Amino acid sequence: MNRIDQRFSELKQQGRKALIPYITAGDPAPQYTVGFMHALVDAGADIIELGVPFSDPMADGPVIQKACERALKKGTRLVDLLDMVAEFRQADTTTPVVLMGYLNPIERIGYEAFADRAAEVGVDGVLVVDMPPEEADEFGPLLKVRNLASIFLIAPTTSHARAATICAHGEGYLYYVSLKGVTGAATLNASDVAEHLAPLRDMTDLPLCVGFGIRDGVTAAEVAKVADGVIVGSALVNRIAEHAETPEIIAGQLNSVLAEMRTAMDA
Amino acid sequence: MTVSATGAHETVSGTRFSDLTRMPDVRGHFGPYGGRFVSETLSYALEDLEKTYLSLRDDPAFQAEFDHDLAHYVGRPSPLYHAERWSRALGGAQIWLKREDLNHTGAHKVNNTIGQALLAKKTGKPRVIAETGAGQHGVATATVAARLGLTCDVYMGAEDVQRQKLNVYRMRLLGARVIPVESGTRTLKDAMNEALRDWVTNVDTTFYIIGTVAGPHPYPQLVRDFNAVVGREARRQSLEQIGRLPDALIACVGGGSNAIGLFYPFVEDDAVAMYGVEAGGDGVETGRHAAPLSSNAPRGVLHGNRTYLMSDDAGQVSDTHSISAGLDYPGVGPEHALWKDVGRVNYVAANDKEVLEAFRELTQMEGIMPALESAHALAHAKVLAPTMRSDQHIVVNLSGRGDKDIMTVARIDGIEF
Repeated sequence: MNRIDQRFSELKQQGRKALIPYITAGDPAPQYTVGFMHALVDAGADIIELGVPFSDPMADGPVIQKACERALKKGTRLVDLLDMVAEFRQADTTTPVVLMGYLNPIERIGYEAFADRAAEVGVDGVLVVDMPPEEADEFGPLLKVRNLASIFLIAPTTSHARAATICAHGEGYLYYVSLKGVTGAATLNASDVAEHLAPLRDMTDLPLCVGFGIRDGVTAAEVAKVADGVIVGSALVNRIAEHAETPEIIAGQLNSVLAEMRTAMDA
Repeated sequence: MTVSATGAHETVSGTRFSDLTRMPDVRGHFGPYGGRFVSETLSYALEDLEKTYLSLRDDPAFQAEFDHDLAHYVGRPSPLYHAERWSRALGGAQIWLKREDLNHTGAHKVNNTIGQALLAKKTGKPRVIAETGAGQHGVATATVAARLGLTCDVYMGAEDVQRQKLNVYRMRLLGARVIPVESGTRTLKDAMNEALRDWVTNVDTTFYIIGTVAGPHPYPQLVRDFNAVVGREARRQSLEQIGRLPDALIACVGGGSNAIGLFYPFVEDDAVAMYGVEAGGDGVETGRHAAPLSSNAPRGVLHGNRTYLMSDDAGQVSDTHSISAGLDYPGVGPEHALWKDVGRVNYVAANDKEVLEAFRELTQMEGIMPALESAHALAHAKVLAPTMRSDQHIVVNLSGRGDKDIMTVARIDGIEF
C-alpha cells in the first residue's frame, strides 16, 4: 500500500483530518529543506507537499513565485530535490511526500527517468499543476506501475463531466482548490467549500483535501470540518520569506504556524 | 540555397502537407505539440472559450461581421507592394511586401484582436486583458476595447515598458491600464504568466485576448484563423499581380502569429517555399537569442502548450535576447513546431545587426520604415533574393510599421531626444 493511502486509513480510524503543509524545496536555500520537512512532521504534518521550483509558476501568486525565485537563485534543481527526499527518508520512512510543481522540469529529465528516481528515493505522489488528466496519457501509467499516486486538482469551476474524469484518474487524494485565482489569494468560505465537495463525494472514495486560502488555526479547523484534509502553503512560505536572512530560526517558525493549525483541527 | 519545394510530400512521420490544414485535432494537438497544459483552475474558461469559438466560427453572420470590421475599421485588404528598387539593388528575385503595416494600429495584430473582441462581445464579458511585448498587440487590444466600450488591462514586462514607451503611452491614451510586470525576466513571457493569473482570478468578468499562436488550446487555432486573412489576400493578390503563386514566403517568427497568418493558406501549395525568421539576437551561436526552432531547442511545456522551448538542463525557461521586444519569447506556436518537424517551413534566424541593416535599407530605398520584428523577415529576404532569378518572386510579410522603434534605433545611433 502506498504511504498516502496508509496515512489516510490511519487518520480515518483515529477520526482525524489530514494536515498537509506545502513548502518550496530550496527556499531559502537547498541545505535547509530536509530540516524544514522534519520540523513540519514534528508539528503534526500528515503528508508533506514539496514544491518543485519553476521559473514560470503560472498558477501561483506572488508568495510562491518569490519562493521559486529564491530557490532557483540558489540553484535548486529537480534532481537536487529528489536527493532531498532520499535524505529525508533516512530518518522518516512513514510520512508521505508529494512533489508538486510544473511539467517542464520533469520533461527535461524525461518521464521514465523521473519516475524511476522518484520511486527509488521514496516519493509517494506527484501533482503536476499544468498537466490535467487529458494530457497525462503517457506519464500517468509510468507513475502507476511504480506505485506513485497521480494527484489532480479540482476547482470550483470544474464541470461535473470533468470532475468525473478527474476522479477516475486521481489517486492518493483530490486537491480541491477552494478559490478562483492563484495561490495565496483571499480567504475562503467553508460552507461554500462544503457545497462544492458534496457532489464529489458521490463520484469518488478518494479523500478530498482543500487548499488555497488557509491561513491560520481558525480557517484550518473550519475546513477540517468539511474536508478530509487541509493543505497549507502560502502561510508557511510567508514565514520563510520573512526570515530568509536568518534561516536558522525558520524551522521553529514553521513548527509554530503548523502546530497552531494541528491543535485547532484536533480540538 | 534553392527555393524548390521543401522536400517529399510525405515525411518520415507520415504527415502529408495536405493534412496540415486539418490541424489541430479535437484536443488541440498539432502532432506531438500544442494541447492544453493548464492548471485545472483554467480548464473551465478554456472549455467555455472553445465552445463559443466553435459555435461562431462557421456562423455566416459572425464571419460577415468580422469581414465588415476588417474592411471598414482595419482598412483591409492591405496592399501587396512590389519593392522594385530594393529588388533591383539585391539583384535577384522580385520582392513583394504584404503591407500589414498599413492596417489601422500599424500591424497585423489587429486582425486577431478584432476577431477576439467579437468573441468577447458575444460572451457579454465587460473586461478584456492582454499580454504584450513590443506593445503592438496591447495597442491593438486597447483599440478594439475602446471601440466596444470594454475595460482593458494590458500586462507588459517592466523591461518592455522601458523600451517601448511610445506604445505604452498610446495604450494609455486609448483608455487602457498598462500594468508593468516585475517578475521573472520582466519580458513577454512574464507578462503572459501574469495575464493568465489575472484571468484565472477574474474569469467570470474577463476575456483574455492572447496575441499570438501560442497558449493553451483553442488559442493557437483561433489566433491563426483570425490572421489567415493575410495569407488569403496575399494568395489572391499574387495570382492577380504576379500572375501566379510566389516562389517563396518569408515572415518573422516570435510566437508566430503573422507567419501563421501568411503561411497557412499556402500550406498545401507545395511549390511555395516558406521561411520563418526567428530573432537571432547576438547570434544563435552565442546562446543570446530568441530562436527556439532554428537553434533546435529542446521540446518543453510553457503557457499551456508543448513546443520547442528554450530552457536549461533543469527545465527552467531561459532568458532570451533580441533587439525586438515582440520576438523576445522563449517558445513558439505549436503549429510552427510541427511545420518544422515535417519540413514544410524552413526556420532560420537573423541577428540584431542584420536586422538593423535591413531596417535602414528598406527605409532608405523604398521609403517604408518597418518594425524591427518585420525587419527580421527583410533580413532573410536580403539573403535569399540574390540566390534566385529575377523572374522569381518572394512575398515578405511586412507585419508592422517601425514608428514605435525609432527610439531604439536612435539609441543605437547614439542620439537621445
